[in-house]
Amino acid sequence: MQMPSPDARVMAKKAQVVARLTAALGERGVIHDPAETRAYECDALTAYRCPPLSVVLPATTEEVSAALRICHEENVPVVPRGSGTSLAGGALPTADSVILGVSRMNRVLETDTADRIIRVQTGRTNLSVTGAVEELGFFYAPDPSSQLACAIAGNIAMNSGGAHCLKYGVTTNNLLGVTLVQMDGTVVELGGAHMDAGGLDLLGVVCGSEGQLGVVTEATLRILPKPEGALPVMLGYDSAEAAGACVADIIKAGVLPVAIEYMDRPCIRACEAFAHAGYPDCEALLIVEVEGSAEEIEHQLATILEIAKSHDPVEIRSAQDGDEAARIWLGRKSAFGAMGQINDYMCLDGTIPVSALPEVLRRIGELSDDYGLGVANVFHAGDGNMHPLILFDANKEGDLEKCEAMGADILKLCVEVGGCLTGEHGVGVEKRDLMSVQFEPVDLEAQMRVKDVFDPKWLLNPAKVFPLAASEGRRA
Amino acid sequence: MIRPGSEAELAEILRDASAPFAVQGGGTRGHRPEGEVLSTSALTGIVLHDPAALTLVVRAGTPVEEVEETLRGANQRLAFEPMDHRGLLGSSGTPTIGGVVAANVSGPRRVQVGAARDHLLGLRFVDGAGHVVKNGGRVMKNVTGYDLARLVAGSRGALGVITEVALKVLPGTETAASLVARGLDDAAAVRAMSAALGTPYEVTGAAHAPQAEGGSRTVLRIEGFAPSVAYRTKALAEALKPHGDWAIEDDREAVRAEWRAIRDAAPFHGTEGDVWRVSVRPSQAADLVARAGAEQAFYDWGGGLVWLRCAAGTDLRAALGHYDGHATLLRATPDTHARLGTLQPQPHAIAALTRGLREQFDPRGILAA
Repeated sequence: MQMPSPDARVMAKKAQVVARLTAALGERGVIHDPAETRAYECDALTAYRCPPLSVVLPATTEEVSAALRICHEENVPVVPRGSGTSLAGGALPTADSVILGVSRMNRVLETDTADRIIRVQTGRTNLSVTGAVEELGFFYAPDPSSQLACAIAGNIAMNSGGAHCLKYGVTTNNLLGVTLVQMDGTVVELGGAHMDAGGLDLLGVVCGSEGQLGVVTEATLRILPKPEGALPVMLGYDSAEAAGACVADIIKAGVLPVAIEYMDRPCIRACEAFAHAGYPDCEALLIVEVEGSAEEIEHQLATILEIAKSHDPVEIRSAQDGDEAARIWLGRKSAFGAMGQINDYMCLDGTIPVSALPEVLRRIGELSDDYGLGVANVFHAGDGNMHPLILFDANKEGDLEKCEAMGADILKLCVEVGGCLTGEHGVGVEKRDLMSVQFEPVDLEAQMRVKDVFDPKWLLNPAKVFPLAASEGRRA
Repeated sequence: MIRPGSEAELAEILRDASAPFAVQGGGTRGHRPEGEVLSTSALTGIVLHDPAALTLVVRAGTPVEEVEETLRGANQRLAFEPMDHRGLLGSSGTPTIGGVVAANVSGPRRVQVGAARDHLLGLRFVDGAGHVVKNGGRVMKNVTGYDLARLVAGSRGALGVITEVALKVLPGTETAASLVARGLDDAAAVRAMSAALGTPYEVTGAAHAPQAEGGSRTVLRIEGFAPSVAYRTKALAEALKPHGDWAIEDDREAVRAEWRAIRDAAPFHGTEGDVWRVSVRPSQAADLVARAGAEQAFYDWGGGLVWLRCAAGTDLRAALGHYDGHATLLRATPDTHARLGTLQPQPHAIAALTRGLREQFDPRGILAA
């Protein structure tokens, strides 16, 4: 993975840039000692690291605006950062960049259950948004698995999803408005507590733009009433085909489960060894969860079980209460931790049409044989978002490179069957150079033209999303 | 009228164009900009329907009716229930799926399942320079690159001509029921609708007609499997007791007919005057209507959408003053559209971004919108 070489002109005027930022934000808001900026050298994609020139931690939208205006005038690249949990390197700095972190801006500004909205500063964590409305009987639907730590700012930048998207959608479907600070310091309000844009849906294109169009400092989010209850059922199958057909039939029957999770044998075994959830040793395991009142849950589960049985399951386990439900979820929820215990792994994030599931699993198996690297599959089957975990040994020379090559092949496979490179983690630097697999030059050009409008100097997170060769003529 | 028969032909026409076009799908939304009509009505056909993946890929000029017919065959539907504008605007023509996406046309269920653009998985379009661009895809979770699909949805042809859309579809509903309260004033009705939408009973429609025959009529819709609808209807009526007396309407056909009428703004059919569509923060809706001075009003989206009928030529936006939302002029003479603007004027910085995007995607101003 290449990053552009730092701009010597910017490196040479570090003292001047830091002095101007400090004058605007105060000592507390600016970090420039190399011993301290090191804490910002990477996000959750830890394979790539580079300490930034400096870090600013503004406390208000006005301070964000001031910091951006200074960087704009000085032609300094800015890398926005939420909580730094990106798995795609979305917050990876370059040596000539200023990290702009929103972590100090974490207040709830307004809660209104009649209009079903909450307005927050975007440094607030995903889970604490739900925490702020839970006692009122509401929740915030997008639930990425990093929700304890990840910030709303990053959720908006990456258009984060989660396990419950089949029913509730992803961030963009639950975002009503933002305060956006443009690179030149201009502050705009997009959307608000009402629905839909009056003109172009600028909010829609800002969401998921990976911090390249502006810095989002406040957000109005849709909150939903909590369902009366939810229960999962666990289904074990002896083949990926049977499990895939079961998922397809459930969806075709008109039941809309709130989540359908899938694990394959390597993943089941690792989770079982780690969490002792009592999972059967089988080829494919499904966890299907439905919501509603007790009667509604019973009715939906009856339909699901009837379908499940028609595909010859090796095991069916229903939950009668919260404890049993928790035990069904236990293994799944510890999947990533369990895999981390036994191996280094790389987590992919491609999405495929659900109907291509058996074929894709078969071909991932073939790639695994070809490369001699194990793969465990765990994913959101209802929406086709796969998370193959490629197992490798970081201490073994050449294993990481082999793993990256195999990951690229899997993502190309996802695109080939009608899917995409990334379902919820984002492009960042990780999948930047694979964008040409999914898009023609004219498609990428159209996207870059949007950045040209919002950030004509290409200073915001400039070396991400687009292949470096494609963006070369635009970047400073 | 020019009717290209393929995307390639459309691209060529736009590349070679020297004067603005009025881009049109089925031509059912009445008002259109000046210029020769460029119609997508020959770009038709369902490209792919994958019921197990809840996805439909369809060419832009395909009639909505044909899309819905295909989906019905698999017991599926467009959950955002796009309105048919013909009754309100007295227009003819056939609504197309491309027109629905281009204008982000979303019906009563918007309040629960989202707008048209929330169901858009990807699209293909030709920009004003004749570039054929694809964005998004046909899978439900996709964050690969910028979401141009969302930007183009609702852009009314200003950034390009949509040629193909991929949509998320949802299972059909077995049955539907409504709860009806009579005689609530507007503020009380909005409070009741908010309360209903704040329950876990998954209300999929919340509308209020102040001037219905026999006094105001507030209606809440519940859909799903029969036992579930029966349970939730009863539970909701109980929960809403502090907000009035609620009668249960469970004749499925009557319920469907009433919500179709709400979807199509039927209370305004056959009337005189301008029609405005105001998106507003629900808790501000009743005050907004009180100061609008309109001849007729009704509420959808739990108060989040207000339909207003005013004397021809009235500057409604001036009467409304400041609020959280925006007003779109839907039915008026071309003169009024030109004088007042179809869309709400934007603050300076947002107008600059909009202008910048239009210049990027349509540098020669070929796409009049």
